[in-house]
Amino acid sequence: MKLKLSKTTRINFLTYAVVIVAFVVFQSLSSAGALSSTLKGQLVPICAYVVMALSLNLTVGVLGELSLGHAGFVSVGAFAGAVASAALTTVIPIPALRLAVSMVIGAIFAAIAGVLIGIPVLRLRGDYLAIVTLAFGEIIKSLITNFYIGIDGEGLHFSFLSNKLSLGEGGRMILNGPMGIPGITRISTFAAGFILTMIALIVIFNLVNSRSGRAIMALRDNRIAAESVGINVTKYKMMAFVTSAALAGAAGCLFSLGQNTILPSKFDFNTSILILVFVVLGGQGRMLGSIIAAAALTILPEVLREFADYRMLVYAIVLILVMLITNNPTISGFFARLFRRQKGDET
Amino acid sequence: MKKAFALLLAVATLLCCLAGCASDPATDTPATSDTPDTPATSDTNDTPATSDTNGSNNTFVIGGTGPLTGGAAIYGNAAMHGAEIAVEEINALGGIQFKLMYEDDAHDAEKAVNAYNTLKDNGMQIFLGSVTSAPGVATSAEAYADRYFYLTPSASSTDVLGGVANPLTGTVDIARKDNIFQMCFMDPNQGDASAQYIKDNNLGTKIAVIYKNDDVYSTGLYNSFKNKADALGLEIVSTTTFTTDSQTDFSVQINDAKDNGADLVFLPMYYDAASLILTQANAIGYAPKFFGVDGMDGILTVEGFDTSLAEGVMLLTPFNADSTDPAAQSFVQKYQERYGDIPNQFAADNYDCIYAIYEALTKAGATADMDHATLCDLLIQQFTSPDFTFSGLTGENMTWNTDGFVSKSPKGMVIQNGAYVGMD
Repeated sequence: MKLKLSKTTRINFLTYAVVIVAFVVFQSLSSAGALSSTLKGQLVPICAYVVMALSLNLTVGVLGELSLGHAGFVSVGAFAGAVASAALTTVIPIPALRLAVSMVIGAIFAAIAGVLIGIPVLRLRGDYLAIVTLAFGEIIKSLITNFYIGIDGEGLHFSFLSNKLSLGEGGRMILNGPMGIPGITRISTFAAGFILTMIALIVIFNLVNSRSGRAIMALRDNRIAAESVGINVTKYKMMAFVTSAALAGAAGCLFSLGQNTILPSKFDFNTSILILVFVVLGGQGRMLGSIIAAAALTILPEVLREFADYRMLVYAIVLILVMLITNNPTISGFFARLFRRQKGDET
Repeated sequence: MKKAFALLLAVATLLCCLAGCASDPATDTPATSDTPDTPATSDTNDTPATSDTNGSNNTFVIGGTGPLTGGAAIYGNAAMHGAEIAVEEINALGGIQFKLMYEDDAHDAEKAVNAYNTLKDNGMQIFLGSVTSAPGVATSAEAYADRYFYLTPSASSTDVLGGVANPLTGTVDIARKDNIFQMCFMDPNQGDASAQYIKDNNLGTKIAVIYKNDDVYSTGLYNSFKNKADALGLEIVSTTTFTTDSQTDFSVQINDAKDNGADLVFLPMYYDAASLILTQANAIGYAPKFFGVDGMDGILTVEGFDTSLAEGVMLLTPFNADSTDPAAQSFVQKYQERYGDIPNQFAADNYDCIYAIYEALTKAGATADMDHATLCDLLIQQFTSPDFTFSGLTGENMTWNTDGFVSKSPKGMVIQNGAYVGMD
């Protein structure tokens, strides 16, 4: 290669390239009618899960803090975005524009939640932080379970704990407490999912490769040393945490506007763990790994329908095998040797 | 350079794999029935009838989604088994043949849509919908857009049908989906009926309600019950809630009911939670009347539950496994032989679904080479026509109109000596 590129830059460009190639391939397959309905229906959720995994990777891999409440931010974005989209139906009739506006609103709400939660949470470290984020995830779920939002000619109406709304002529309920949002007009498209994934990558790569990003990673690697050279712990932790929350919110909005119905109980502890599994499986701090892990693990349960009753058992076994293989020193040593030999060939 | 090339190859291989897996069953003709070795679904391929009729092309492919795994698996499996028995009986008759496919949705809306798409890929023509409400809301919207006839055994939420006014705000939040029909009672009908029943039979003066406020089914029933109870002048002295995460300890709820002097406790919930409430109320010596709904059906089969605690519990249910009706008896016997337990109303409702579809197809003179949209129109026409009535295990002379809900009245049952006895 004539062009001298640093290792990180090369990996970043490779990540962009993989995402673009995957999008072009699947988009053309989809428009050629070569995709099954199952896979076609999963394209938007896959993009949403990919962005969720990318955003969590920012907290877990780059900031180095274990968050078990990521589904909470996704949930805030999902519900804020879906309510915004329902409320804006007449104001912004163009679906693509409405989706973009809803995503921004979802991201803003999730970022606000990120700030509120970040203030107490980021004072903690390690296991304590993990447990508190877990609790916050559950609190967000409980709050949304008790929210009632309706719309009529006069605008949005809110009610908390019980449904005390009286809506005018032509009004309708949007968010119905525990029943979630039952009638969502689906406006999320695969293209929108692709664009969001690219935006998430650009944001994350630029943050990580900036001065702030190096400060964040310094905090991860040695907090005391970082503090001693004058790095503002709270500021940089908050920066990573809130960015992560905002991206998760946008992903949540993409997800909810790609579904017919969403329930608050969907975004529970299990979903947080699922996203964490994507991150850990793909490798902490490795964005390409998160993308591949999220996509593969979202498709896997559907592909495994062949196994009928043993489906989830097979899924778990595959998961364990992949974890073992990727962490096996012999196998990683083999790949390292392989790459080294190639490098030798090149020079 | 080689490295980049290798990676590119790897990605290409991965994509090919995915595309390969996916486009495999993409034939949407019902001809998929002549590959009885696809283990993708727990279907009834092993019945002799299907293999006999490979060539004759009168096999309709019916699909359904339900929670076959996870916490709600008991309902999904019961419904699937009920349908399997009906399909077996119909296939043994000759004439119209059915091939049944069930896919797991794990009681999750997102997975239900995936399951529905898988069924579409496997050539489904008629859809039995989802067994539970939240997935039902998602799959009904899909089936409405794609024009698949949809008759659900037990997804009782009004959002599945659409076009029904919210009992609290009086607003219609979702427009009617014209191809969606229910075999079970709709939630508000059941909540209304329960309040009416309690009022008419003077079962209680001070009523306590415990409901699960993160559950579509339970909340829907509570809302309509509360509405109707207020209208009838029933006094509700205690309303307490629980969620999936807290459904092991009910001492707060039970004590609240007790302290407020409730003499009847209304339990709009599934039987797993109800069995715990009965056990814990007994432990503190509180013995009001308990009134349940169709989700309570099955409480006598809970493992480790002392059925004597359920003595005197009242519930509304469409199906009674101890009925002396010969059709019900034969169904219960077959079900017990094959699956080893007593069928609940989910099984009976789905058994009826298959027979209702069978009757409608016969009447309409439909043939299996019609595509799903044509069948959808034919079946809607049949189901909404005034002279279509259906009698099955869960009711006599049921009819449907364009609103999609079934006209049948719940039967009041009381548990006596470990069995359901009709209350009237």
